[in-house]
Amino acid sequence: MRIAVLAGGLSAEREVSLRSGRRVAQALRNKGQEVFEVDVDADLLPELRKINPDVVLPLVHGQVGEDGSLREVLDVAGYKTVGSPSAAARIAFEKPIANQVAAAAGVFVPKSIVLPQEAFKSLGAPALLDSAISSIGLPMVVKPSHGGSALGATVVKSAEELPAAMVTAFSYGSVVLMQPYLIGTEIAVCVLEDKSGVKTLPIVEIVPDHDLYDYDCRYTAGMTEFFVPARISNEIANQANEIAIRMHKALGLKDISRTDLIIDGAGNIWFLEVNINPGQTETSLFPQAVNAAGLDLGEVFLDLLTNLDQ
Amino acid sequence: MAMTDKQTGSRLDPWVQAYASRATSMRASEIRALFAVASRPEVVSLAGGMPFVEALDVDMFRGVVDSVLTKNAKIALQYGAGQGHVALRESILGVMAPTAMTAHPDDIVITAGSQMAIDLIVRVMCNPGDVILVESPSYVGALGVFRAYEADIRHVAMDENGLNPTALNEVITKVKSEGKKVKLLYTIPSFHNPAGITQPQSRRAEILAIAEKENVLIIEDDPYALLSFDGVIHRPMAAVEKERVVYCGSFSKIISAGLRIGWAVAPHALREKLVLANEAATLCPSNFTQLIVDEYLRTQDWLAQVGVFRNIYQERRDALLGALKAQMPAGVSWTVPTGGFYSWLTLPTGFDATAMLPRAVTHLVAYVPGTGFYADGQGRSNMRLSFCYPPPERIIEGVNRLAAVVREEAELLKTFGVGGNK
Repeated sequence: MRIAVLAGGLSAEREVSLRSGRRVAQALRNKGQEVFEVDVDADLLPELRKINPDVVLPLVHGQVGEDGSLREVLDVAGYKTVGSPSAAARIAFEKPIANQVAAAAGVFVPKSIVLPQEAFKSLGAPALLDSAISSIGLPMVVKPSHGGSALGATVVKSAEELPAAMVTAFSYGSVVLMQPYLIGTEIAVCVLEDKSGVKTLPIVEIVPDHDLYDYDCRYTAGMTEFFVPARISNEIANQANEIAIRMHKALGLKDISRTDLIIDGAGNIWFLEVNINPGQTETSLFPQAVNAAGLDLGEVFLDLLTNLDQ
Repeated sequence: MAMTDKQTGSRLDPWVQAYASRATSMRASEIRALFAVASRPEVVSLAGGMPFVEALDVDMFRGVVDSVLTKNAKIALQYGAGQGHVALRESILGVMAPTAMTAHPDDIVITAGSQMAIDLIVRVMCNPGDVILVESPSYVGALGVFRAYEADIRHVAMDENGLNPTALNEVITKVKSEGKKVKLLYTIPSFHNPAGITQPQSRRAEILAIAEKENVLIIEDDPYALLSFDGVIHRPMAAVEKERVVYCGSFSKIISAGLRIGWAVAPHALREKLVLANEAATLCPSNFTQLIVDEYLRTQDWLAQVGVFRNIYQERRDALLGALKAQMPAGVSWTVPTGGFYSWLTLPTGFDATAMLPRAVTHLVAYVPGTGFYADGQGRSNMRLSFCYPPPERIIEGVNRLAAVVREEAELLKTFGVGGNK
């Protein structure tokens, strides 16, 4: 099979995407496939025409890769593509909208405030920030409304820290999401669709060295401790698995997704976000779940590609 | 929530407990991630200090390489001397001649770029905790070496003439009051990286006098010496005081960075140790690239090629300065380099160039935030702009984009009242 693995792009997650792409491409080559790694830029379509792949596997993170636009382009160009359709991607990419879908699906979603920069400018930042603190409390997490790898995210512990955190988040996007900083067990549930239907992989528990599972902790081996399977009861694990599948279906996702959750001290499971294109780097969560399931990364992606072909 | 028994998870690194403490800062960072985007052609990168090697005649260079292999393959492809090839050491005397720097070929140690020379000097001079004085700001690559040897790095303020003697005396006094001794002073007197400032001869004399009084060894890093835009080739401190200064030169900016050939000129006893340290580190610098450099110097008009580079960089410097003047909002200032690769830009109070970088990359322009050039967290409102690689029209476009980013950031800081911006 001729496979085009798309990676890179122009987002801040370019490096992560390139690493994901290289890893999956090699895993597929190990399975005897003919794999072409393609950067996503203005030459994408001519490049794909030259390669003439049987299937396309997009592993591009960030705006173009995950907001549905890349998928839309690939669909228009007529390529068989792994992953979620563009309409579903658009919803999942915007965290506030994904939160609404989660809440409507009966999943606990942390209270959140979502505001564009313009609102702070026209309504006055000091008053809005005071209101946000009153409403959400401290500590809180401030992050851009879309994008991954925790880029631009900050844990704010005091009112004085909030303006700088807003500036950091707005450097990555024009809309910011504020949520309470939940203390609990952070887990990731990976969902995979194969011939037998939608299933989950062993749950990954994340214990980062920092307050937040931030960029350093995500991509520096040694800065986060992982437990796979997570150190949670079967009952909680079953609930978490069920939530991840519910989110996958409610959002209309396809083939693969990862839902990040946090379990509070009372055993309540809270929705953090869903990723339609989870990272596949050496330190990423999805490959760890695959490994814990006794599967091979190359086999998993080959299955997805083959299913698509049928 | 019922938890299972205590377990130890995986940190995906079996050696996580085994690393030296100096490896603590070696980790992924958002800034590095953003630089990955800066390498894309869509982005105008004012970040990297990459020499414009496209100005070299590749066919000519191919001929030089062919000639080396035809005449000297057995030597070029073999191990060589730890001090470097004697023929190249002789040729280097000619390269240093325009600066009035004199030496004997035996005074020279050839290294894998001048970066390796800096490494070797610190390796033989410094124990962990020894104090190294550096300019404020200083070259990020040298700071990396000093950190790797766990030196105690102290910054000394600069003014428009470079390293400030009063500040230098103050820092030395403070170090002495702590019961410590200053081991080294690292300086880039000509066309400073990143500050773009040059020390006049009178200032160099003052710095040398202080080093003499305090018995401090100077590392003089001089990779841009011949890339002067105003016709003035500055005499190195090492040309005046050979026993007090280790001089570091490089072919990266005047021939090719890919060759990885630099050199140190050091006092006799220290040079002997540098040779042994060089052997321990790399056995020997690459014979192949040494012979290529030597053949190039002997058979080509290398000084004319330096002139070609100089004219290109001067044109680009002019494009940068012109665009900054035309586009940057009030309150932004920058240095005016008379040679080299860099200008150092200072944003108004309250700006954080590191926090602003994602916005810049979104606008398809990149720079290096100032904090990278300090060991102590300074430089938040600064950035280094490199004018060496993009052509003038791209530099102008890059500055236009950067000015828009600065204006947007000003609006954001004003909105949130950060850093006194209201």
